[in-house]
Amino acid sequence: MTSPQTDHAAAITDAADRPRCFQDVILRLQSYWAATGCAVLQPYDMEVGAGTFHPATTLRSLGSRPWAAAYVQPSRRPTDGRYGENPNRLQHYYQYQVIIKPSPPDLQDLYLGSLKAIGLDPLVHDVRFVEDDWESPTLGAWGLGWEVWCDGMEVSQFTYFQQVGGHDCRPVSGELTYGLERLAMYVLGVEHVMDMPFNAPGSPIPLTYGDVFRQTEREYSRWNFEQADTGMLLAHFKDAEAECARILAAPETDSAGRHIPMAHPAYDQAIKASHIFNLLDARGVISVTERQAYIGRVRALAKACADLFVTTEAATGANTEAAA
Amino acid sequence: MDLLIELFSEEIPARMQPRAREDLRRLMTDGLVEAGLTYASAGAFSTPRRLALAVEGLSAESKPVREERKGPRVDAPEAAVQGFLRSTGLTLEQLERRAEKKGEVFFAVVEKPGRKAAEIVAEVLEATIRDFPWPKSMRWGSGSLRWVRPLHSIIAVLSDEAGARVVPLTVDGIAAGDTTRGHRFMAADTFRVTGFDDYAAKLRRAKVMLDPAEREAAIRQEAANLAFARGWEIVPDDALMTELAGLVEWPVPLMGVIEDRFLDLPPEVLQTSMKEHQKFLSARNPRTGRIEGYVTVANIETPDDGATILAGNQRVLAARLSDAAFFWENDLREARSGMEAWAEGLKAVTFHAKLGSQADRVERIAALAREIAPIVGADAGEAEQAAKVAKLDLRSAMVGEFPELQGTMGRYYAQAAGLPDAVADAARDHYSPLGPSDEVPSAPASVAVALADKLDTLTGFWAIDEKPTGSKDPFALRRAALGVIRLVLGNGVRMALAPLLEGQAGEAYWAYYQRPSMLGHLLSLGNGVTRWTGGYYTDESGQVALQMSKEMFLHKLSRHCIATEYDIDTSIDRTGRDPKPVLTQIELSADLLAFLHDRLKVHLRDQGIRHDVIDAVLAMPGSDDLTLVVRRATALNAMLGSEGGPNLLQGLKRAANILAQAEEKDGVEYSFGADPKFAETDEERALFAALDAAEPQIAAAMRAEDFPAAMSAIAALRAPIDAFFEAVQVNADNQILRRNRLNLLSRIREAGRLIADFGKVEG
Repeated sequence: MTSPQTDHAAAITDAADRPRCFQDVILRLQSYWAATGCAVLQPYDMEVGAGTFHPATTLRSLGSRPWAAAYVQPSRRPTDGRYGENPNRLQHYYQYQVIIKPSPPDLQDLYLGSLKAIGLDPLVHDVRFVEDDWESPTLGAWGLGWEVWCDGMEVSQFTYFQQVGGHDCRPVSGELTYGLERLAMYVLGVEHVMDMPFNAPGSPIPLTYGDVFRQTEREYSRWNFEQADTGMLLAHFKDAEAECARILAAPETDSAGRHIPMAHPAYDQAIKASHIFNLLDARGVISVTERQAYIGRVRALAKACADLFVTTEAATGANTEAAA
Repeated sequence: MDLLIELFSEEIPARMQPRAREDLRRLMTDGLVEAGLTYASAGAFSTPRRLALAVEGLSAESKPVREERKGPRVDAPEAAVQGFLRSTGLTLEQLERRAEKKGEVFFAVVEKPGRKAAEIVAEVLEATIRDFPWPKSMRWGSGSLRWVRPLHSIIAVLSDEAGARVVPLTVDGIAAGDTTRGHRFMAADTFRVTGFDDYAAKLRRAKVMLDPAEREAAIRQEAANLAFARGWEIVPDDALMTELAGLVEWPVPLMGVIEDRFLDLPPEVLQTSMKEHQKFLSARNPRTGRIEGYVTVANIETPDDGATILAGNQRVLAARLSDAAFFWENDLREARSGMEAWAEGLKAVTFHAKLGSQADRVERIAALAREIAPIVGADAGEAEQAAKVAKLDLRSAMVGEFPELQGTMGRYYAQAAGLPDAVADAARDHYSPLGPSDEVPSAPASVAVALADKLDTLTGFWAIDEKPTGSKDPFALRRAALGVIRLVLGNGVRMALAPLLEGQAGEAYWAYYQRPSMLGHLLSLGNGVTRWTGGYYTDESGQVALQMSKEMFLHKLSRHCIATEYDIDTSIDRTGRDPKPVLTQIELSADLLAFLHDRLKVHLRDQGIRHDVIDAVLAMPGSDDLTLVVRRATALNAMLGSEGGPNLLQGLKRAANILAQAEEKDGVEYSFGADPKFAETDEERALFAALDAAEPQIAAAMRAEDFPAAMSAIAALRAPIDAFFEAVQVNADNQILRRNRLNLLSRIREAGRLIADFGKVEG
């Protein structure tokens, strides 16, 4: 132990073992959840507003097959762009997502273990589970749970899914979502997100979050708020909607007579429509009354995809059993 | 014996805990009693992770019950006997035969043995858990049980001198036991308990304060001490205190200081931001009047005495307040430049899909406030300006973040815009009174805007037929009605509501029928024009034929010529429905006034004025002048409660009844022509004299609205009326005398009618 310890730090057992940079927080979460037995997936390769949209959560929380996955998901919320100037707000940020089905009885303890892994010792901090019911009108999903507070700051969402895409979740999935930038800023004691060390400060080429993202935040903020071609986006929204419907309406048997319903490709179109809606919203071209209608249209897509996924999953599940 | 129950789960929302405690106590004790047990006392407790119940003095078993049922006669038809056997579950041999007057009869005697408490507790507890009325519940894992959050363990222990025993019970795989655990972090190990005292004591050692009242008291005390040490005081907030007690098992209040750079924010902003986002109590410096500190309540004792926790909270608060300061400065800039962007923005805010935007609503309120202003002593221009400014803060960033600061910010921004104080105060106060105990504004401009705001709300929702029903009142219209009542009464406002309501109803309908998405129906148009959309007549082909003026619309509305309308989207199925005329402005006003009268009765009941007394007064003209109604009712209530009151009421009623009977029998109305020359007795003559004296006094007093004087005047009739009925037979054989006496009674009736409809008074 070479780091100098103050009297104050001596009392705090986790001080020496704190992460040093943003990627350290991510890597520790990856290792921790890998060690608990989760499949560590990679981000979904589409623009989404939150980790929940990843089919590894949305679709896999449906049906009866057990599932355990953890992954980083880059998330885009065009209306939150602040040209890189706000210390806490970004239009592109990272979520860490854990989804386990059925939710294990010790999920709270597993979660607390992950906080310890990133240097938040619950014997020194004030960790609290504060009521926060989760609802996603675009996914037709809801669940009960909490926002987790650490010293008064929300560090995670903790949700037991009750319904997704209009289907009751049986069994219930437990979902954990960490806002990585905010969490890391807290752990690292950084005031402005752009000042946060991205790699280790002692690296040959030390990089801050700002080195990586300041320019992109500026550029996307401008594009999101001023430049995105709304006419084209509206057309894209309709295209995605139409393509989703077309995929879902396609016969479930392919040209060679194989039974292959296509819930996932259809769901990609639902994700696309959802993101285009967010962009249109940021451009301010969606009125209050239209808003609900658009959300309803995306929800209809998500529900239809969920319907197909559930029947597919049930059918393949039956096949597997028959084979065994 | 004593019973201890604990239902240990993941964190229960603080707001649900008080009702859950009560539900657990009620469901368990009701169930135990229903099953034949008795108990001495029961107390329920909660922490974020547990619901607990202690029942003392529980009987060890239920009493045996012997039930006897009489059946059919022994010689009754076979089917009757079989039916009796089925209903009792007995065989023929088990029935008793008893001789009765009419012959031998079957009796079924069923003896139910007493049951052990453990058996009953298990049954009642399982039912309680399965049917627990959580406002929202969930499933978890692969189970099917529902609880507020995952349920982990159950304690069910019965104890007496012989010791403690676990009640055998398994609910959805969770077996009841006698173990629990302490504080999540400070004492996480499990331990066994033998009864409530043992349980509470061991929990305390394990850093859990079981009783929410004790936690709340501890928070209150320690927060006050921390504040006192700095010469500050805690801003009272009972709801927040209770919530905080529901968020911790072991309260550890910590005091923090707000950075200087945030101290210029309005205190309401500081308090709201800290409360809503952080659940901090605010600490005020009485010397400066500012909020300068806060108390956060942690759930843990740490080796550094909370230093890390406080530092973290301080950081979060700084970020929040930086946002608030940013909003405040931007909003002030907009306010100083005249708030035109906000006024423009209100056009984009929907008030209600059928009633247009907030900007439309502001126009209606401003016009009405102008009309009301002279009645309440306000300057018309000022009231109109105040109404136009009052809702602008809805577009400010601060109110966007903290909706509960609407009005409060409006005042600050109006001041910053350089508007008169009366206008700024009206912006703040026009939402008041919000609750029955909320203060009523008294500044004339505030009263005018507050009344206009509420009357417009009421007429608007009446026009689109969204009245409150039963327990459903999504637009808080009862509260708006009570607001009108309290504003009027609290300021002694003399105003006839009916014409105002009629006018505003017309405005609301006009707003409604102008909505482009609405398809209006006119009943009698002719000329092939059958529909009316967004202010335009259209013919069958949808061609615009003619624009309708507001005046023409209101005229047609007042003549039942406007029918129910449909959404464009659903207009397809309107073929199946007959258009039905909407209420005219006058009908709507009357209906709404009746609603206001109902609320008035509820309001006055709390002040000891009987509803029948109010009904008697409401039957009089001028019932839309609420101040007048209440003054009349108060005087009448006092008179009826006085010594001679009940007698006078009897006399008046007797006169009215005799008259009514005679009038029905004779088919005429006795209303005129009583002549003292036909008076036979002194009592009759005395009554004539008394009426001669009282009538002009009552009339004059009523004209002068001196209701107590009117009451005294009519009270003077009590003795003469009593004496009259004592001595005189009204229905005399002599028809001349009879008619004269009936006409004399009608003078009594008329004297009463000057004051109230006494027929509606009970007793």
